[in-house]
Amino acid sequence: MNETETAILVDRITVDYNGVVALHDAELRVPRGAICALVGMNGAGKSTLFKAIMGFLKPAGGRVLIEGQSVAQAQRKGRLAYMPQAEEVDWAFPVSVQDVVLMGRYGFMNILRTPRAIDKTKVTESLERVGMSDFRTRQIGELSGGQRKRAFLARALAQDARIMLLDEPFTGIDAKTEGAIVTLLRELRDDGYTIVICTHDLASLASFCDEVALINRTVLAYGPLETTFTPDNIARAYGGIFNHLVFDAGAGQAIPRQALAARARGTQPAADQLGGR
Amino acid sequence: MLLNLWQLLSEPFEFAFMVKALAVGILVGVVCAVLSCFITLKGWSLMGDAVSHAVLPGVVLAYLVGAPFGIGAFTFGLASVLLIGWVSARTPLRADAIIGIVFTAFFGVGLILVSKLPSLGEWTAANFGYTPPLLDVRSILFGNVLGISNGDIVQTVIAGGITLAIILLFRRDLLLFCFDPNHARAIGLNTGLLHYTLLALLALSTVAALQTIGIVLVVAMLVTPGAIAYMLTDRFGRMLALAVSASVISCIIGIYASYYLKASTGGCIVLAQALLFLLVLVVAPRRGLIARAWSTQRRNAASGAGQRPSVA
Amino acid sequence: MGIETIWLWFAAPFQYPFMRTALGVSAFVGVVCAVLSCYLVLKGWSLLGDALSHAVLPGVAFAYILGLPFALGAFVSGLAGALTIGWVKRNSRVKEDTVIGLVFTAFFALGLIVISMTPSTVHLTHILYGNVLGIEFDDLLQTLIAGSVALAVVGVLRRDLLLFCFDPNHARAIGLNTQFLYYTLLALLALTAVAALQAVGLILVVAMLITPGATGYLLTDRFTRMQLLAIGVAVISCILGVYLSFYLDASTGGCIVAVQALLFFGVMFLAPRRGLLVRARQRRSVRPASTQLRPVTEG
Repeated sequence: MNETETAILVDRITVDYNGVVALHDAELRVPRGAICALVGMNGAGKSTLFKAIMGFLKPAGGRVLIEGQSVAQAQRKGRLAYMPQAEEVDWAFPVSVQDVVLMGRYGFMNILRTPRAIDKTKVTESLERVGMSDFRTRQIGELSGGQRKRAFLARALAQDARIMLLDEPFTGIDAKTEGAIVTLLRELRDDGYTIVICTHDLASLASFCDEVALINRTVLAYGPLETTFTPDNIARAYGGIFNHLVFDAGAGQAIPRQALAARARGTQPAADQLGGR
Repeated sequence: MLLNLWQLLSEPFEFAFMVKALAVGILVGVVCAVLSCFITLKGWSLMGDAVSHAVLPGVVLAYLVGAPFGIGAFTFGLASVLLIGWVSARTPLRADAIIGIVFTAFFGVGLILVSKLPSLGEWTAANFGYTPPLLDVRSILFGNVLGISNGDIVQTVIAGGITLAIILLFRRDLLLFCFDPNHARAIGLNTGLLHYTLLALLALSTVAALQTIGIVLVVAMLVTPGAIAYMLTDRFGRMLALAVSASVISCIIGIYASYYLKASTGGCIVLAQALLFLLVLVVAPRRGLIARAWSTQRRNAASGAGQRPSVA
Repeated sequence: MGIETIWLWFAAPFQYPFMRTALGVSAFVGVVCAVLSCYLVLKGWSLLGDALSHAVLPGVAFAYILGLPFALGAFVSGLAGALTIGWVKRNSRVKEDTVIGLVFTAFFALGLIVISMTPSTVHLTHILYGNVLGIEFDDLLQTLIAGSVALAVVGVLRRDLLLFCFDPNHARAIGLNTQFLYYTLLALLALTAVAALQAVGLILVVAMLITPGATGYLLTDRFTRMQLLAIGVAVISCILGVYLSFYLDASTGGCIVAVQALLFFGVMFLAPRRGLLVRARQRRSVRPASTQLRPVTEG
């Protein structure tokens, strides 16, 4: 894989918080136009890696390259979009949905942030794409869980950033919204977007993710789903195999059976087929 | 009766000091109210408390060398927040503990200086030929807008004006910074700069409010108007307007009360603001006590009549 | 400077009864505050400590007017402040730190108004800045009583209070009355503030309630050691502060707080494990890439 095909390169980074090493010698390559899942237990360094890629913290050693540039350069050009976890957002903040989506455009506006016609157009388009046009003037606290995710997804879209990092995008939302978001992510990926998802949901990620990275204090393994999401790697990340993942050892590949079937069908497995959700 | 009311309202205006006090009070009220919306949304009430206390040594030193008090206050206010940032990056202590340690340290040093003022004044007189004027510590601590000098008015207007200008010009970025600093960083904004700008504005507003309300109560001006507005609206634009109105009203009422009761002006203004908050707490539409009790009653009545209460 | 000069410097204040009293009282107050400060720092109640100490002002003012003991007024007022904060928090959507700032300034403002309207202000200046060098017997007695009661209560409820600060949910689950513990801690906070009023004055009480605990926290992982270290730090700062105030002829409260802060910064640099010098040395040593850190296997 050459430089231009790599959207995100994590080159042996080490991160420590006040003396505690959260991540050491972590290495990751995410190709352009792929959906990559970061998985691992809480406290194992997943969100640390996420933050290092976003540039929210500086690694003590190693470097992160976004499309061949440093994170700071990528930030200045607005190449990275970020969707926060629901817990991190102050839903009582007095801003409306369109206020939030407009915030995605601030990097393009002048110092006083006066919106131009193109900014307003982008906001409207993004809202339409996620189906939130009717809610644009609502204060964000008035939205349901699924609508909240979609509002922040619209912000990421409005930013015109080709690399999107989503923090726990599927936690606490209804199945319909989840389906809608997955469909949208697939469309974006087909358009050439690179999407990184931080997630706990092992059972469903196999149905729409192309790449996965397993994290436990370092990146234990990363790469295409088929070769990386193996029982061995999962065991190393989680200390064992979960009850709700059943592996089809008979086939040459070892991925969860439901996901294998879903891929063959070209659909996402139904909620009741995925145990443990 | 109406004539008496008119007399009550107009009598203070006969005095120049009252006109000045009202004008300064209103300006300070506006500046602090605008900043207060950001401070309360960011959760920086304790920071406001800290910065306002930390300026004391700066004010005293400024008096000793004959510099404008605003410069001393601003320098030490900023120094304290830099120190807080420095310590919090290097220790596992919680933010509120670090803030408490730093601002009390500064304030303690300030009190030491205050207690040594006479001898320090003699020292500067002997070595630099400059005799500092008598410093009324109580007016720094508790405000003395009824006795504000013209020189102090100038400093207040400058500090207040700069604060207002910066806040209004950069309000979108500052609001984004308060709401989602991670996104701000992601789109390339310099969050460090925004952080220190907001802190510098805190220091500046302390300088502006020093004479009116004093160090100890500045935090009230930086917190209560925002709280009042937050109880009344969901939209930031309206929040700003409501905070400013609440602040101006309480400043006017407070100054009048202080004139007639011959009581501490700062105290009267702050108490007026607090009472206004209490009023809003009770009568606010939708969020006030009365409104919520009423809607609970309606909901109970509806379910009592056999209808299912709709999911909110 | 001969050893005799140093001894003289050290012993001179002891000639004066007021100095002996001052040293004793401030050391005592230091102990009480340090003990409580450990709980406050762990529970994150530093801002509440600040608030409560300011909220006592109207109570003190009214006590003087009515001729009641200042400690009683302060305690009632402080507790009223804490309860008001709780009430406002429950009944409004305003965030906690905003509510605290709002309520304590309102109380303080009320106190200021009352003070400014009453002629005699001598004692009240002492309340604001502390007056340990000139403390009178009545005030001394109130300080000792308030402090002793606080120490006694903490002595009895030590473990429960610690659990409450660490994990209130678990405390509730095993049958402890967390409401009672909550209000007890608040009452202790008010009592301690009352005791500390004389030593450092109202405005600086919060320093005595935070800095010793924070200093102890930098030095150890164990709570008992933390409390002992906090007590040690507090007593040293109070004694040194009083000495400094005697020789510099400067504000006692200011001196005590300044010394406490210096000790904190000293510990911050020199602490054996968490101190800056030690960590700077650690970072400079290169960590070999082959070091396998234990992966997380338990949840």
